[in-house]
Amino acid sequence: MSKFKKKKSGDLPAISTASLPDIVFMLLFFFMVATVMRENTLMIENKLPVANQVEKLDKKNLVMYIYAGKPSSRYKSSAGTQARIQLNDKFAEIEEIAPFVLAERASKREEEIPFLITALKVDGETNMGLVGDIKKELREVQALKINYTTRIGDAADNLK
Amino acid sequence: MARRAAPEVNAGSMADIAFLLLIFFLVTTTIETDSGISRKLPPPVDEQEKPPILKEKNIFVVEVNKNNDLLVEEAPMELSELRAAAVAFLDNGGGKGDDACNYCQGAKDPASSDNPTKAVISLRNNRETSYATYIAVQNELVAAYNELRNRVAMQLYNKTFIQMEKDLNDVNYPGNKEKLKDQIKRIQELYPEKLSEAEPKK
Repeated sequence: MSKFKKKKSGDLPAISTASLPDIVFMLLFFFMVATVMRENTLMIENKLPVANQVEKLDKKNLVMYIYAGKPSSRYKSSAGTQARIQLNDKFAEIEEIAPFVLAERASKREEEIPFLITALKVDGETNMGLVGDIKKELREVQALKINYTTRIGDAADNLK
Repeated sequence: MARRAAPEVNAGSMADIAFLLLIFFLVTTTIETDSGISRKLPPPVDEQEKPPILKEKNIFVVEVNKNNDLLVEEAPMELSELRAAAVAFLDNGGGKGDDACNYCQGAKDPASSDNPTKAVISLRNNRETSYATYIAVQNELVAAYNELRNRVAMQLYNKTFIQMEKDLNDVNYPGNKEKLKDQIKRIQELYPEKLSEAEPKK
């Protein structure tokens, strides 16, 4: 009978979790910094096409967004399956683009108005007819600076 | 009186709180895309105003039909060949006399464009063309212009055009911005982006 018991060799020591909060906090701070709260709730499918000759849009407050695409599955019963335009938080008709642009302009300071850019976030599967109509409306109200928002990647992927 | 030491706060649940917050931000995060192809639309035109007359050889017709097929000058083409074809057209410089182009390196084919300042790319699409295809074609055409501008910028200022534009927007750029703006303008004059988008056909 020995006084000192031998340690069982099969027992693994518990892993210390003392640094777990540190790791979690690190991740937390990353996501807090990287988060951009969505301004609009999307009611349409919005899988953007890819391109590589892109310019970055700075000055977020000078950008107005026009979304277009097929209504997402939740809204299919009420909005149909054809591609629609979304302005702010609701579906819109093509005639509503001009008042929308004018309202956006009215909300900005006068000296900022020439720098306003319209970003078209259009789903890749949309027909060009709709996009053409949007462009025509934008021309009518002299909103000539546009940006086709795209993901960054190889353009040949669009054709797959 | 003996002062009792304050008992240590148990920090064991800190990880739980942090996890809760982490999961909240994970769920709400959407990495927004805010980059894209910038274009300028033409201003609305008067019905009476006659369009300027262009020589047939100075127009490069790119058409995307409703089956998303690419037709360049009425002949089918693969998307991967479009950039090279557009560069060859823009950089042809087949003009003589006043129209001559001394910085072009193209084939100087008299049947193709006279001068990059005269050459127009006309992009036509059908109402049923898909947007993704259209963007892919736009991307290739913009790439062709960028390629030529980069080349001439390297020759003149030993810097790519993309880099020059980046410097212009960079607040920490050490050089003279006015000068840079003039240089960019000069390159834009050498290779102006003349990309005409026709109204989609029914």
